[in-house]
Amino acid sequence: MTTSVMVTITVDGRVLDVRPGTLVAAAVELAAPGRGARVSPGGTRRQPLCGMGVCGECRVTVDGRPHRLGCQLACMPGMEIRTDG
Amino acid sequence: MAEPDIDLRAQVVVVGAGPAGLAAAHAAAAAGLDVLLLDAAPQAGGQIWRARQGVAAPSVADALARLAGAGGRMLAGVRVTMVLPQRVLLVDGPQGARRVHWERLVLATGARERLLPLPGWTLPGVFGAGGLQALVKGGWPIRGRRVLVAGTGPLLLAAAATLRAEGAHLVGLAEDAGHASLARFAGTLARHPRKAWQALRLGVALAGVPLLRGWRIEAIEGAGRVERVVLVGEDGRRRALACDAVAAGWGLVPQTELAQALDCALAERFGGTAIAVDAAQRSSVAGVFAAGECTGIAGAQAARLQGAIAGNAAASDLGAACVAAPALRAQLAREHAFAAALAATFPLPRDWADRLRDDTLVCRCEDVPWSALRGQPDLRAAKLATRCGMGHCQGRLCHDTLAAVMHWPRLPQRAPLAPTPLATLLAALQDPPDTPSNEELPT
Repeated sequence: MTTSVMVTITVDGRVLDVRPGTLVAAAVELAAPGRGARVSPGGTRRQPLCGMGVCGECRVTVDGRPHRLGCQLACMPGMEIRTDG
Repeated sequence: MAEPDIDLRAQVVVVGAGPAGLAAAHAAAAAGLDVLLLDAAPQAGGQIWRARQGVAAPSVADALARLAGAGGRMLAGVRVTMVLPQRVLLVDGPQGARRVHWERLVLATGARERLLPLPGWTLPGVFGAGGLQALVKGGWPIRGRRVLVAGTGPLLLAAAATLRAEGAHLVGLAEDAGHASLARFAGTLARHPRKAWQALRLGVALAGVPLLRGWRIEAIEGAGRVERVVLVGEDGRRRALACDAVAAGWGLVPQTELAQALDCALAERFGGTAIAVDAAQRSSVAGVFAAGECTGIAGAQAARLQGAIAGNAAASDLGAACVAAPALRAQLAREHAFAAALAATFPLPRDWADRLRDDTLVCRCEDVPWSALRGQPDLRAAKLATRCGMGHCQGRLCHDTLAAVMHWPRLPQRAPLAPTPLATLLAALQDPPDTPSNEELPT
């Protein structure tokens, strides 16, 4: 395994370095373990379920675009991820 | 970067870059045709050959190199959102909308995990088995976490092996199927040495993990996240296991949404509703082929064979000289015999409604509980009364569940096939060709 340059992103304003190829969904978990991403209509936090772009529980706002699927998107340098809509 | 043309054209368009799609694209490209391979994920490989932290599996790198060598093109990160008239698909991706024009179309849309509702399944820390496996390959932290793997089918073993290799502490592997059916399946394995070898390797990788045959999840419990799981055995005994995460799946469901939007006929195959195909992988719609798990759950090897058959058939349809298929079909028959045995051993549990409680959320998108759904007469009424299936997943989870649990017929497929920015839908109406390219519009 080569030591690749880390990718710097922010999750809800918090700066985080992740390995290249890390999914946005995984970065959200690394930033705040167990907290979850999406808030359901009933007001509970959810975590990703399917891991393959079907359930939509991983939805976050990425660089201002809402409802991006965190499990289908790799972290890119400078990416701003928000879980608070 | 210059804005590319909104219209893309290829003689053969393949949707889905898993084992079937890669094989189909390569076969058609090798026959000299212009091929375009599409996939919704950022990288090729599908679910089974998924990249680990952005590094492609060797089989995928090899398949992509062979495809490129044969002149085939790949477009990743795009979703098909609509079927347009005159053999055109509308796709949406990071660069905005594209209209993809095809002469022959190969559907290799694969399968998704069957994820069933249970008390507590919306707690953070509950994942699909393949779902958690996929997330971990994408950097989801699992080292040192206590994980229960549960549900039914051989995918559980593969998921468990990945999780353990990444440092998870597996507290158990609970398989719904009981001792009797697993013993029968052992007899089937003996007739398929290659599968027996795979099973043995997984068995070694999972040595020491408690295998709980005939145990199923009764409830997942915890304050704000998973803390423990209550299991119930074949004899009605209960036991509680402390854990941080649950990875649970009940086999796979063929993804037929695009096929349905194209009006392809479906058929029951290997325990699921799949795209109906003939021996040349032709669907019921002229010019449309299908291959792999979307035609019935039969594994990666069957998918590769079907993909090659479909790619060859599509190429020969367009006048290209084509590789003879009988050898591929003989191998495929063997894979299908195994698939039939798998489907019989690991069926969808029949008593699912008994596993639900009044407050169990069946529709996770819209938070619709079982109590609001079980008195409804059919899916349409349930949808109108409760919004079940009107959220992001468009019923892919809850309508699968209700079709299985309530034996309700599925609703016809509606466009768009996935939540789609308005700018993409407007692109469908743009006059081809020669109109100026559209700007990247806000969504």
